[in-house]
Amino acid sequence: MSTLFTEPFFTALVLGALTAGLPLLLAGLGEQISEKAGVLNIGIEGMMLAGAYGGFLVAYHTGSIWLGYLGGALGGMAVATPMAVLCIRLGLSQIVIGMALTLGAEGTTALLHHFQFAQSYPRLPAVATLAIPGLSAIPVIGPALFDRPPIVYLAILAVFLTAYVFRSTHLGLALQAAGDKPEALDAAGVDVVRLRSLAVLATGCLAGVGGAFMAEVGAGIFVPFMTNGAGFIGIVLAMQARGRPFGVLWGALLFGACLSAATALQVAGVSIPTDVVQMLPFVAVLAVLVLLGRKASLPPALGVHYVRGGR
Amino acid sequence: MNQPRAASPPPPASPLSEPRPVISLDSVTRRFPGALALDRVTFDLWPGEVHVLLGENGAGKSTLVALLSGLHQPDAGSIRVDGRAVRIDTPARALDLGIGTVFQHSMLVPSLSVVDNMALGGAWWARPDRAGLARRMALVGAEIGITIDPAAKVGALSLGERQQVEIVRALLRGSRVILLDEATAMLTPQGAGKLGELVGRLAKRGIAVVFITHKLDEALAIGHRITVLRLGRKVGEIAPDRLASLGPAAATTEIVRLMFGSDDLTAPTAAPRRDRMAPPPLLVIEGLAVDDPVVPLAGIDLAVAPGEIVGIAGMDGNGQKQFAEAVAGQRRLAAGRITLGGTSLERLDVGGRRRQGLRYVTDDRLGEGTIGSFPLSLNLLLKDVGEPPFWQGGLERPEAIAAHARRLVEAYDVRTPGISAPIDTLSGGNVQKALLARELSGAARAVIFAKPTNGLDLQSARAARQHVRETANQGRAVILLSTDLDELLELSDRIAVMSRGRIVGMVANDEAARSRLGALMSGVAA
Ligand SMILES: Nc1ncnc2c1ncn2[C@@H]1O[C@H](COP(=O)(O)OP(=O)(O)O)[C@@H](O)[C@H]1O
Ligand SMILES: [Mg+2]
Repeated sequence: MSTLFTEPFFTALVLGALTAGLPLLLAGLGEQISEKAGVLNIGIEGMMLAGAYGGFLVAYHTGSIWLGYLGGALGGMAVATPMAVLCIRLGLSQIVIGMALTLGAEGTTALLHHFQFAQSYPRLPAVATLAIPGLSAIPVIGPALFDRPPIVYLAILAVFLTAYVFRSTHLGLALQAAGDKPEALDAAGVDVVRLRSLAVLATGCLAGVGGAFMAEVGAGIFVPFMTNGAGFIGIVLAMQARGRPFGVLWGALLFGACLSAATALQVAGVSIPTDVVQMLPFVAVLAVLVLLGRKASLPPALGVHYVRGGR
Repeated sequence: MNQPRAASPPPPASPLSEPRPVISLDSVTRRFPGALALDRVTFDLWPGEVHVLLGENGAGKSTLVALLSGLHQPDAGSIRVDGRAVRIDTPARALDLGIGTVFQHSMLVPSLSVVDNMALGGAWWARPDRAGLARRMALVGAEIGITIDPAAKVGALSLGERQQVEIVRALLRGSRVILLDEATAMLTPQGAGKLGELVGRLAKRGIAVVFITHKLDEALAIGHRITVLRLGRKVGEIAPDRLASLGPAAATTEIVRLMFGSDDLTAPTAAPRRDRMAPPPLLVIEGLAVDDPVVPLAGIDLAVAPGEIVGIAGMDGNGQKQFAEAVAGQRRLAAGRITLGGTSLERLDVGGRRRQGLRYVTDDRLGEGTIGSFPLSLNLLLKDVGEPPFWQGGLERPEAIAAHARRLVEAYDVRTPGISAPIDTLSGGNVQKALLARELSGAARAVIFAKPTNGLDLQSARAARQHVRETANQGRAVILLSTDLDELLELSDRIAVMSRGRIVGMVANDEAARSRLGALMSGVAA
């Protein structure tokens, strides 16, 4: 077994964890913002998929990876907008609408893909990485962590930024209040519907970029249903993180590692049936839910429509 | 004359201008579907005055607060602040006008610290100035004699402390009007006393306070002016000079008369039931106690003779529901004995007590009483599911169920499109009839009615009362829980008053009953 734990194995594992974990990180972070504000965002899977499609489409036509991310964000927000209108403004069931939006996004992107790309299956060129001088020379983790596409650093930055916003701004307090006691927030003069709508749009934006990352960096190609439950794993991450962005980061890396274990094991020359290895992330989801599910303290007003003066 | 800016304090009254109310409602009306919550109410609030708002449940007190705090808008009438007509269409607007509210249910975010709750609502990207807020909090707190740890999580504070936080917060935001909706309802007597003193200090500082309570002694202890609402109407106001000249005893009499209607005892609403001979009691409750986080019950003794109706009066939420559920078997007893015709019930479950002949007609008709989407016929058998003759060997016998339903629908005059209509499509009065049919049929020996006419139209209410009366006339023991004094006086032989989980008095239904009950209910000894 000593041959298994070689330097290339670890590099592949860490790198894979980051590549596979990054979309989960963005989705989990986005979901966390919605949940903090009291919105259970089940549509996030659809937002990621729309982001993956939008990201790929724009990057393919413009040749710009950055415009691609923008396209991904817009794709995610295109799914988030009806969610905000239907659930936050009109008070329809967040679960029903979330499911419907996910199914709708799956169908729509698959159909569009069929007409646009199903003949040619175009690929994007590999994305350039940005090596951070000094750090990238560290053995094992250097190339895996510090020689990555710039979006990776931005995503990590987003974790710090979110943590800062949650802890140290009025916006963070308002989000917390919207999920815990929306009537108190309303009484303090903050528009709950607007805040929650913005939270859902922010989720769409982050999940969309996460999806775009999957298409542009992870796969280099758009395939129907390619997010493959990443959004739902994001929901689990947000719940187990209990409102802390860094909780999402660690969770995303763990899940990413599970997802990338297959590749890493192949690099190490071990052959385990891929079916077994591909089950890993879902086993991990189950394990997390079993171990932490009881402790998950969800905001009291999660999923509850807010009406002023309602009873 | 130069109008002052809304958020600035009122100018000192110049010798020429009369002092004027900081807030006045002019003939304000507010409707809800099915309820006229406020009916042309006129109300003035003066600076430096504690204005107590009294009234039974549903009188419209909270609605008045909601109008002033921007949660609801009036349907008609106008609101003036500093003499200027205003529209208070959002809570933020109310705050801008200097109106701070301590709602019946806490409006603090439990998962945030005290100071973060104070910071709520600031510019989004800014850092909350926690240190500055804590300092200002301490200053305001010192002025009115309160100390609170700014870093404490609100969820860990007691109810009394939370109210103090809310009052300090209102003052920090420059409120010169503070509305307190049933602030003492959940407090211990000491806590309530402290709050009363605090409110007095606020008024001394020139703040106008609206203080809502159910308790007369409190109202008299801290109020300068008293307004009484009844079913959405303002039925009386006692101005400060008159309140002072009346003295507590006379004021109490007057308020009880206003709150509970006419004290003209020559015209009772209905002939009280005849006195009967006293046979041995059928349903006996001794030393009943129930643990409950909100209203624990203790030491309740009650004996009901066959054919007797014992009413239980009291403001809502004083343990009536807990009591009924405990007797019916839906709650565990902490102590006490219940016997029905000599058989002790306290070890039996709901079904066992039911088989002994104890019935409970809940006031939560569509919640625990029925299953809304089930057909009427099944709802009529909800407590006999699986029992013969309606179920045999685990199988439903549709003809037996339908025949049973048709019989009860006929006997109780339930107006329904059919026996298979889902019960939630029936009107409230007919749901109540169905519930009565279910509970009163079979071998009932003792029946507990919880607010049997609550929310019913006049006709249905009359029918329900008739059923209560008949139940007793058939020789059953009846306990009638109600917050409607007229109803209790019309039906009961004796009336007990429940307050804070105890029976605080028992009154025979005679001429003096109304005023003695009013006094007992308001916390003033009869
Ligand atoms: N949001 C609401 N929707 C419907 N009806 C309401 C609402 N608020 C109050 N009501 C009704 O208005 C009446 C007055 O209620 P409320 O002001 O809460 O009384 P109080 O505070 O004096 O007990 C009641 O009949 C109540 O059912
Ligand atoms: Mg009220």
